[in-house]
Amino acid sequence: MTIKLGIPSKGRLMDKTFDWFATHGITLKQTGAEREYSGAVEGIEGIELVMLSASEIPRELAAGRIHLGVTGSDLVRDKLVSWDRKLSELAQMGFGHADLIIAVPKTWVDVDTLDDLDAAAAAFRARHGFRLRIATKYHHLVHVYLKEHGVADYQLVDSQGATEGTVKNLTAEAVADITSTGDTLRANHLKVLSCEPVHKSQATLFKSRTAIWSDEDRVIMAELRKRLELDH
Amino acid sequence: MPIKEISKARVRAEAARLKAYFESQGASDVETDIMLPAEVLLDLYGEDIRHRAYVTNDPARGEMMLRPDFTVPVVQTHMDSEADPARYTYAGEVFRKQDDMPDRAAEYIQVGYEIFDGSNPAAADAEVFAQFSHILAPLGLRAATGDIGILMAAVRGLQTTEIRRNALLRHIWRPRRFRALMNRYSSAGTELREQNFDRVRTNMANQSAPPIGLRSEAEILERVMDLSTDAAEDPISGAEIELLNDILTLKETVPNVLSALRDISVDMPAILPAVNQLRARVDALDARGVDVENLDFETSYGRTSMEYYDGFVFGFYVEGRSDLPPVATGGRYDTLTSMLGQGRSTPAVGGVMRPAMILAVQENAQ
Repeated sequence: MTIKLGIPSKGRLMDKTFDWFATHGITLKQTGAEREYSGAVEGIEGIELVMLSASEIPRELAAGRIHLGVTGSDLVRDKLVSWDRKLSELAQMGFGHADLIIAVPKTWVDVDTLDDLDAAAAAFRARHGFRLRIATKYHHLVHVYLKEHGVADYQLVDSQGATEGTVKNLTAEAVADITSTGDTLRANHLKVLSCEPVHKSQATLFKSRTAIWSDEDRVIMAELRKRLELDH
Repeated sequence: MPIKEISKARVRAEAARLKAYFESQGASDVETDIMLPAEVLLDLYGEDIRHRAYVTNDPARGEMMLRPDFTVPVVQTHMDSEADPARYTYAGEVFRKQDDMPDRAAEYIQVGYEIFDGSNPAAADAEVFAQFSHILAPLGLRAATGDIGILMAAVRGLQTTEIRRNALLRHIWRPRRFRALMNRYSSAGTELREQNFDRVRTNMANQSAPPIGLRSEAEILERVMDLSTDAAEDPISGAEIELLNDILTLKETVPNVLSALRDISVDMPAILPAVNQLRARVDALDARGVDVENLDFETSYGRTSMEYYDGFVFGFYVEGRSDLPPVATGGRYDTLTSMLGQGRSTPAVGGVMRPAMILAVQENAQ
């Protein structure tokens, strides 16, 4: 038996993951042609590399089809209900930082906090006859956050891309999106609310609670833990 | 004690028995669709319902929702009919996602009883509760009661601005935000209100971005004015905040609650009509043989889970088992009927019970 490790199959996230494992003496590498999604692990026995889209890794971990996986903590929390019943966090990897934030037009001089947003939403609904629209693709995380803070009279509208443009296009009044620098927000005349972000995301190594772990797998896992210095 | 799985056939038989009982008490049988247009429910409950109910998409009909409860379709059926007053009973499946409690059933059968009759609200409240209490008596459940109307009356009577009263009323069902607002409008929040307005003034001085979006400059200015007024406004008096606190934390048997509320109403006469309504309900319950001397009452009961209830609320629970869902719940929802009635409204009260829970409790007792 082998432990299956799922990692993002392309881009910066893949490169940084390779680097992170390399600093612990474990070499991950793509095999075959440059664009072929197959890989190998060197420097430790019994681990198989599975190249996946970062957004599919949460689902694969929850289903137990992979034992370990690297993906953004935002994706795990948004895509999985009660995520911590299905996975556990082994290591925050220190890259891929991005905050899930709520932003409103800069011209909303009266809105900086969730409290303001709630009051603006109430007045907006009374005036326009429908709930204030927040465009996002992180429906679960944003809903849980706004519920916890008692914000009412809003609705989430789905936006899978170019979310910052929805306000100008009149399909939303506010947005909830991932940002690392805020440049796109500023360019679209939006400002971030001054409260804590909905979620501070970074690349994270997760372990599946639902995968089948044979005795042999546990031995491999113990060795990996030692190599990754996870028990300190 | 683990709660046993009960076969669907037995649950259906029990549901039919309960519905037949309500029919024998003068209720007419009402059927509703299982797939409901999502729009009405979303407009009423907001984003929360999307995360509690199953939403499905039909290219022709748009978003449809698997019936998360009977109240909305039953109210709509009633408002479309000419019948008034009316009593209804129904039995059927409801569907709820159980994200936070995956062990709970996502599909289960409810039986309900609803009264649409404005002639004597206290008597109608008592009738529903007494019927439920009668049916559930052999199970030895704990009954919880409350009345959202008392807190609403207290807020409406506060000696402060209408904006503040409305903001508090809007958050009756969100206790945490309600508390935060109470604090902000009290003397403890005066500094915060001033800071808030200062921040807005600074924003205005620094703002140069072009206007975007549907929320107009006029709407923004209106709220700026509100914040300015609020910063200068006197805080809600310490005495009133204290009375509101007393009401919020009131949890006692019915007779003790009544006497406490009578004391509070001396300083807060605005709650008197609501307290008199409670007293009339208690008398009506007593006349129906309910043991009101030992009945629990909690002013904050139902504030987190029952957004459309605006008066009497009740629930029946398995004692010492907070992990189990309630066996029955209900309450008064006058405002909901006006929201769905397109200009019409009828005072209404009702409740639902879960036959599977009733059977499970019976079996565990044996």
